Amino acid sequence: MQLSLRVFPPDVDFVPPAKLIEQARKARRAADPKLEPRPGGLALTIRDLRKSFGENHVLRGIDLHIPAGQFVAIVGRSGCGKSTLLRLIAGLEPATAGSISFGENVRAEDVRVMFQEPRLLPWATVAANVEVGLGRQRVRHDAKVRAEQALTEVGLHDKRAQWPRILSGGQKQRVALARALVSRPRVLALDEPLGALDALTRISMQRLLERVWSDQAFTAILVTHDVSEAVALADRVLVIEQGWIAHDVEINIARPRRRGSADLAALEGSILQELLKEDRSADA
Amino acid sequence: MSMAEALLGDRKSRLPRLDGIVQWLLPAAILLVWQVVCSRGYVPARVLPAPTDVVLAGWKSLQSGELVYNIWVSFWRAVVGFLIGGGIGFAFGLANGLSPFSDKLTDTTLQMIRNVPHLALIPLVILWFGIEESAKLFLVALGVFFPVYLNTLHGIRTVDPQLIEMGRIYGMNSGELFRRVIFPGALPSIFVGVRFALGIMWLTLIVAETIAASSGLGYMAMQAREFMLIDVVVLSILIYALLGKAADSVSRFLERITLSWHPAFQKH
Ligand SMILES: Nc1ncnc2c1ncn2[C@@H]1O[C@H](COP(=O)(O)OP(=O)(O)O)[C@@H](O)[C@H]1O
Ligand SMILES: [Mg+2]
Repeated sequence: MQLSLRVFPPDVDFVPPAKLIEQARKARRAADPKLEPRPGGLALTIRDLRKSFGENHVLRGIDLHIPAGQFVAIVGRSGCGKSTLLRLIAGLEPATAGSISFGENVRAEDVRVMFQEPRLLPWATVAANVEVGLGRQRVRHDAKVRAEQALTEVGLHDKRAQWPRILSGGQKQRVALARALVSRPRVLALDEPLGALDALTRISMQRLLERVWSDQAFTAILVTHDVSEAVALADRVLVIEQGWIAHDVEINIARPRRRGSADLAALEGSILQELLKEDRSADA
Repeated sequence: MSMAEALLGDRKSRLPRLDGIVQWLLPAAILLVWQVVCSRGYVPARVLPAPTDVVLAGWKSLQSGELVYNIWVSFWRAVVGFLIGGGIGFAFGLANGLSPFSDKLTDTTLQMIRNVPHLALIPLVILWFGIEESAKLFLVALGVFFPVYLNTLHGIRTVDPQLIEMGRIYGMNSGELFRRVIFPGALPSIFVGVRFALGIMWLTLIVAETIAASSGLGYMAMQAREFMLIDVVVLSILIYALLGKAADSVSRFLERITLSWHPAFQKH
């Protein structure tokens, strides 16, 4: 009898071959020439932003400028207000005081959010879920084509007619990503989108995220509790502490970045040290 | 291929056909025992008629046109009463699930009325409506109202708020949000209410027709009792059972086609 060891890869199978992506891109351009040149990211200016829930002053005056197309990561302890900041930026909640401006007039479809939970409609097929992302543009004749192109970009074209329930956690998040990207947003806000995934799936999702960001040139704002993820993906890492931006760190490391390289590790270490300062002063 | 695999593979291909037969084995056995017990005279015919006698009674009643007429009358009452009570229950469930104001206004009152067993109203209903059609329709509608109302309300209240937020983010207006998120999310629970209501519908109808009617299956059974026609009594009971089963099958069928996304209705 012959024994063969079968190793089931986690969710790594999916990053679609470059050729496929290039085809999808070409088809997209042919279908809608207005999409070219791509709109690119939006710049973002935040002034003295405050948010309180009753007596709980979560954000106590955030000042921040994010240039168009930058990839920003936000890290901080649990409960420090990362999600709150993201929800304010995405317009899901009103600020208590202060302002957020995007420089230009924004359409609703220009800013998209992705959460830790995929939030897919269980009663809609994968393709129909992606079409939801078109928002007001859903009535256009090419909605279906665009949804399928978005699915191809995340490597899930063959799952378009399936119910979400049969997908793995990583695949569900990729559908959520396709839904967020199908309207060609200019700002993408992500609230720990990979937080619930296993380590390997997470790494391949990070690559996917980096690839669509460099391809579509939107402004990315990623909230994460994983400092190594932040330094691997972002141009800039913001550390939030007690409602303020405590540190603003540029990550000047050329892409593609090699995971586990010494300079990434060093940056990660110094940011972690900042985050743990509080603990040490409490211990002392 | 291992032995186990071979067995499993075989079972998979044979199971569906077997399944269809298996569920009918027990009823067939019961019928057989019943027939034997009666025709051997273990049970006197005035206590329980043999299945063949029941079939014969059915055939006679069918030829006189009485059976079809009574089934039709009962069926009509069931459907109309269900549509009225279920429709109103669904409407209140929607209103109270979607509008906090409506919920505040009516929910407490409805919950209070729910505690009155609707069959306890029969004397009052007879005083109000006599033995007119409206008496039966009123009782069925009242009985059906609560399960549909409560389950619609529950379904809407338990739709995942994160999905609703998602719908808003992606620019759905209230109509779309209802059509694409809230209603499909509440549907499994609504079906639970509908199936519960179907049971109550037949129960109410049987009681109402035996007490206050001049037509219908319940009336047919009561008439037969007066003339000691026990085969007709058993016949009407069996027809009630069949109608109940048919109603349940229809709702199961509707569930299967509308909830095919739901893990509970996964195709094998
Ligand atoms: N809707 C809300 N109502 C009341 N308090 C809230 C609400 N959302 C967040 N908070 C509070 O704000 C603080 C920051 O929460 P959040 O932004 O979710 O933190 P995190 O950095 O972990 O994402 C927490 O103390 C939380 O309890
Ligand atoms: Mg959070």
